[in-house]
Amino acid sequence: MTANKETLKKISTQVRRDIIRMVTRAKSGHPGGSMSSADILTALFFQVMDQDPARWTRDGRDQDVFILSAGHLTPVYYSVLARAGYFPVNELGTFRKMGTRLQGHPSVRRDLPGITQASGSLGQGLSAAAGIALAKKLNADPKRVFVLCGDGECEEGQIWEAAQFAAHHGLDNLVAMTDWNGQQIDGTVESVAGSADLEAKWKSFGWNTIVADGHDFDAILEAFAKADALRGSGLPVMILFKTDMGNGVDFMAGTCKWHGKAPSEEQCAEAMTQLEETLGDFQP
Amino acid sequence: MKKYTDSGKKDTRSGFGAGLLEAGRADERIIALTADLKGSLKMDAFAAEFPERFIQCGIAEANMVGVAAGLAIAGKIPFIGSFAEFVTGRVYDQIRQEVSYGNTNVKIASSHAGITLGEDGATHQTMEDIALMRALPGMVVINPCDYNQTKAATIAAARYEGPVYLRFGRPGVPNFTDPDASFEIGKAYVMNEGSDATVFATGHLVWEALQAAEALEQEGISVEVVDIATIKPLDEGAVLASVRKTGRAVVAEEHNRAGGLGESIAALLAEKFPARLAYVNGMDRFGQSGTPSELMAAYGLDAAHIAEAVRGLVG
Repeated sequence: MTANKETLKKISTQVRRDIIRMVTRAKSGHPGGSMSSADILTALFFQVMDQDPARWTRDGRDQDVFILSAGHLTPVYYSVLARAGYFPVNELGTFRKMGTRLQGHPSVRRDLPGITQASGSLGQGLSAAAGIALAKKLNADPKRVFVLCGDGECEEGQIWEAAQFAAHHGLDNLVAMTDWNGQQIDGTVESVAGSADLEAKWKSFGWNTIVADGHDFDAILEAFAKADALRGSGLPVMILFKTDMGNGVDFMAGTCKWHGKAPSEEQCAEAMTQLEETLGDFQP
Repeated sequence: MKKYTDSGKKDTRSGFGAGLLEAGRADERIIALTADLKGSLKMDAFAAEFPERFIQCGIAEANMVGVAAGLAIAGKIPFIGSFAEFVTGRVYDQIRQEVSYGNTNVKIASSHAGITLGEDGATHQTMEDIALMRALPGMVVINPCDYNQTKAATIAAARYEGPVYLRFGRPGVPNFTDPDASFEIGKAYVMNEGSDATVFATGHLVWEALQAAEALEQEGISVEVVDIATIKPLDEGAVLASVRKTGRAVVAEEHNRAGGLGESIAALLAEKFPARLAYVNGMDRFGQSGTPSELMAAYGLDAAHIAEAVRGLVG
């Protein structure tokens, strides 16, 4: 597990470099939440999910499925997909550019492997994930559906409609994750929408809940192992990953300022000194 | 003029229920979802025969749209059913992202559409839904005219690959089309041939248009009646062919003027074959409580108003 953890750390460090370089080149995008969920998605795609580029299809049959509900987290999503081999790493340089497959928010209309559903308008991906999980039950397909939400996103009412639905329909093949970084565009989640005891909320909706450090690979993998053990429990699982927005670069961490703002070239260069190039940057 | 006989009043939503059951028997991928309106949407028979393929979503329409999109991604053919307002205006963004932009094979079954919903009043009487759905890229918009056609259209929607908005209504209305006729998406049906004016009607107003044509025949006015069962994509060839013959068009629909079938045909004619045109629609108003027939008369949507509109163009 130690060696594996080191490998994951190398990947997520490169993913963070990708995020900063993509957003800097595009002069727009969402680095903050991408950095806070980089370790979660690295573990998910490189260790946890039964899904790979050779077998990937949009219908997700006989394999695990991932839905990005917080659709603005495309920098981390595209980087992880590219690093996992879904499409060429150098395509990351086209992010948000005219004609790209790497749209600002995920699109299913660009033939980009790995993208199962459009997202961007918040609060909707959990419902779509529940629908796929329900179809898997109907098809006697034993694989699971994973979905990543933001904590700010959980202010959307539809999240709680979906929470009620998934518990009522016993979707224990659904594993939801929250990037619980405590930040959103206009400030801290606490200042914008009041303090949110997300664990109590999800529990009260009948979900299994797991709380874990979203930047510690031992904790992340342990949380996923616990979620795995809850298959057959008759209830869906929410893993609340405690994270820091902007994690990995000191001047970006712990603030909402970098939710949807691109670094300057100078700031990008400064960030690169804090993140080792472990797997080779995308070119140019 | 061609004679149509009302075989007995039936609600178009029951045509949907019958079509859903028949389609469900033919294709096990079909799933029915509702937001606490199983009975109103006439899904009872489907739910009884296929309990595992009937999904009760509770009063949570936004989630229902997303769940349907997920089912469609995984290869199912979901029909989501609720009142027209609650599966369009209430969930427009969800339909836009999850169904239209997401290009998922979801069928939106929209009942109690228009003013003929009746006594519940304006909150439930949407007359803006066609405009909303027409504006979405790739969305097919179908508004059949009676029980038989709604049943056939439901079966056609199930077989079609892609998002469909299927609009029908609450009250019993004359059932007059051929029960054995198949339904072709995108095809306009010439119900009566005429030479002086064309009435393009959709939904409940097709019967009213035929009644108007019959009355006008007594006055020596020959009216062509075309059933625009598919509003999008519009059968432009059929519309243009008819107006080239008659030179005059009346468009009748149970909908607001903005964004409806009338504007769609007006735009086509303005571009391809300018002709005199009159609207029979709900204008730019909200509805109110009343019986369906009282409301049709009060809002100018019955045969008498269609006939008056034709006279205005011919005279």
